Amino acid sequence: MTVQVRLFASLSERLGRSDLQLPVTAGTTVGDIWQQVLGDMPAPANVLAAVNLDYVDFSAPVKDGDEVAFFPPVTGG
Amino acid sequence: MHIEVLTQAFDPWQRLQDYQTQRVAAGSYGATAIFVGTMRDFNVSDNVQSMTLEHYPGMTEKYLETISRTAAERWAVLDSLILHRVGDLAPNDPIVLVAVWSAHRKDAFEASRWLMEELKSKAPFWKKEKLADGERWVEKNTEGY
Repeated sequence: MTVQVRLFASLSERLGRSDLQLPVTAGTTVGDIWQQVLGDMPAPANVLAAVNLDYVDFSAPVKDGDEVAFFPPVTGG
Repeated sequence: MHIEVLTQAFDPWQRLQDYQTQRVAAGSYGATAIFVGTMRDFNVSDNVQSMTLEHYPGMTEKYLETISRTAAERWAVLDSLILHRVGDLAPNDPIVLVAVWSAHRKDAFEASRWLMEELKSKAPFWKKEKLADGERWVEKNTEGY
């Protein structure tokens, strides 16, 4: 199965890309995906994650076709 | 109830007047609470020349719609309007408009304040500032309370 990973703002700049397709196995969590995509970068405590446009914890499981996003604290308004 | 992410400069006062005239039933509301956020030319003691606002298309709109619905469940909101800029902004450009119409001021004040704080703390927007000597991402918003 495959998920689409999206990165925003400073995280996108640090990785040098803003989205990628990632093959994953059953039981994979959002935290596992962070490790696979940004493994050499310790997850800052304040990184936020979303699956299919809703906030989730890093322990949340993913399924085929999910859109998984990581981003820094938000600064709108 | 309406939310919109705008890629071009907007006039919050004109949009507010248009929305109220076209969408909010005259005579139904006794209170309108309005918040307009505007770009400053300083931040953390530095001069800011311009700013770029990035967002997460899809999630941003979904989040703003969710908090608009939630506010209408928690308070006696007759209508609400949220507009937010993305893209390149210059000092004095409006960034955000939050307006709430209700019968009485308590609901309008409280719902608009709550909407604004939810937007600031969770809506996926990110500011990047351009200074005289380079660019930087804004790391966090100031406390609202």
